Amino acid sequence: MDKRILLLAAAGLLAVPAQAADKITLGFMSTLSGPNAIIGTEIRDGMQLAVEQLGGKIGGLPARVIVEDDQQKADVARQLAEKFVQSDKVDAAIGFSFSNLMLAVYKPLVDAKTVTISSNPGPSQLAGKDCSPYFFSTSWQGDNWAEGMGAYLQKKGLQNIYLIAPNYAAGKDVIAGLKRFYKGSIAAEVYTPLTQLDFSAELSQIKSSNASAVFAFYPGGLGVQFVKQYSQAGLKEKFPLYSAYTVDESTLPAIGDDALGLIVATSWAPDLDNAANKKFVSGFEKKYGRVPAPYAVHAYDTIMLLDTAVKAVNGKIEDKPAFLAALRKAQFESPRGAFKFNTNQFPIQTFYQGEVKKGADGKPRIVIQDKALENYGDAYAQTCSMK
Amino acid sequence: MSATLLLEQCLNGMQLGIMLFLMSAGLTLVFGIMNLVNLAHGSFYMAGAYLCAFVYASSQSFLLGVIAGLGGALLIGLIAEFLIFRRIYKGDHLDHVLVTFGLTLIFNDLARLIWGPAALFARVPPFLAGQVNIFGLISYPAYRLAIIVVGLAVAALLYGLLRHTRLGMLIRASASNRTMASALGVNVVVLYALVFALGAGLAGLAGLMAGPIFTVIPGMGDNVLILAFVVIVVGGLGSVEGAFCAALVIGLIDTLGRSFMKPLFGLFLERAAADNSAPAIASMLIYILMAVILFFRPQGLFPPKSR
Repeated sequence: MDKRILLLAAAGLLAVPAQAADKITLGFMSTLSGPNAIIGTEIRDGMQLAVEQLGGKIGGLPARVIVEDDQQKADVARQLAEKFVQSDKVDAAIGFSFSNLMLAVYKPLVDAKTVTISSNPGPSQLAGKDCSPYFFSTSWQGDNWAEGMGAYLQKKGLQNIYLIAPNYAAGKDVIAGLKRFYKGSIAAEVYTPLTQLDFSAELSQIKSSNASAVFAFYPGGLGVQFVKQYSQAGLKEKFPLYSAYTVDESTLPAIGDDALGLIVATSWAPDLDNAANKKFVSGFEKKYGRVPAPYAVHAYDTIMLLDTAVKAVNGKIEDKPAFLAALRKAQFESPRGAFKFNTNQFPIQTFYQGEVKKGADGKPRIVIQDKALENYGDAYAQTCSMK
Repeated sequence: MSATLLLEQCLNGMQLGIMLFLMSAGLTLVFGIMNLVNLAHGSFYMAGAYLCAFVYASSQSFLLGVIAGLGGALLIGLIAEFLIFRRIYKGDHLDHVLVTFGLTLIFNDLARLIWGPAALFARVPPFLAGQVNIFGLISYPAYRLAIIVVGLAVAALLYGLLRHTRLGMLIRASASNRTMASALGVNVVVLYALVFALGAGLAGLAGLMAGPIFTVIPGMGDNVLILAFVVIVVGGLGSVEGAFCAALVIGLIDTLGRSFMKPLFGLFLERAAADNSAPAIASMLIYILMAVILFFRPQGLFPPKSR
């Protein structure tokens, strides 16, 4: 073949105008094995429920979701991200359960201009100076629930609070988030090793202190042990326990009645009264036979967000600027109620304080008491260069 | 710092020490008598925890759970001894490490296959869920007190068994001089199997009691095993009395370090510096202790009389 014709043909292929794709491919990763698999499983289940409710189509395009387990290992997550970009050629990367893994995969995904939507981790860097037009969060910035709890404690006028959290980045961030809104005095600030599961020594210290209340941050399995031991040590009556990211629908079945009466921060509860939430909760309970946790809501929202954005561009997802603009508008119904993106593409939402009460079925559940922080974004958006 | 707080932290330390003792008693006996380094000892601990949590949850009977945890660990120990360990006693320590480390991986994956990768959350039985008032001074969680009582009782029984029964005499004889004991007609094959199963049962007991305090997950025995090795090295390899003292000392030092290091550092450091350095030093304390003891007494605190 003549060389010039070949070149022309190649140029012709390159110049194909954006036209509706015939399918959409999503790369999903979360931690699905190991002691911290609870969160990743919730995220996967919420995502799959949404795809099912949409009849296997996202924005009218047949959807293919590649589900991968990152094993809570940064190197595995990084390899998966490269696989998503290079061999699977995904249209969006979704899921994610841990902030350290999110940071590990962030560069390879965003640098390859892959639309990336987090259903859980919201590290401060990504909300602030390292923000990107390709990165969205349907969950929260990592300090949010603690900020909500801080606002509540401040409003309540509590003084002399005992703070306890694991000794790692998120532990310090959560305490900092609490202090951003809580301005009262602090009885003590204690950090325990991340691997420590027996809190006997710390609980004895609390018992002998003159604190008026305790704020704790212990995610996942840590929280199950902390709350159970707290209750067994008889501290619940004398030192009311306030917490964030510790007691939620995924850990409540394991904690059981020991959680009754605790005040927790949240941005969603199964009993929030709106149509989208009713459809989500009843669908989830029917499909999986358990009450969903907030992580499942975020994953469900991720798919619903993609669905409306793909519809808005009439399936032309190759037209990246239009697709990103459509995502940014976030015109979907969230089970959390009104949903809007901030300038850094993290949500602006309302945070509540909820109380753990015995439900009609005799099992403990979180019931929303009141709004703690209304229509709040995060503390880092102003350092993000996107406006 | 008040006297009641000190008392309470001492009880916490004892509780940790007792668990470590139950774990290390079997380890040190097996090492002292069969000269076997058993890295798979943590698997018996895990088996005890899983079986007890699982049977308790499905039968709603704590007693059945305890029987399953204790008996299961003992039985698994007996079977493993018969099938595998029996064949490697004569090998050198590197062989032991390779085989038993491999076994640990197999047991961990078996637990993952049977019960799934997620954690099992064991419950405290209702009759031990509250607190107990001790001398009218402090109220202490009943479950933790029960661990201390059970552990001390087992230690006393073990002492009686080793010091005042014919079986104990044979075990001690084999620990001091294996060749001589077998030359004098002691049936070492049966003795080894018994000692091994006893050790596995004790680890299972530690595991089933630890279940409600720590999370029941695949590989839960591995962290405890490291501490158990520190205990038997400090106590003197092969000495049960040594393991008992070392376990209590290590339990107390770890707990008291975690609770009083910060106020202690606060006396002569700035608050921020104390906040940062105290937890780091506290988690190193037991290893520092081990290094110091090994420097002055390489044979450990209470080594067996003669070998």
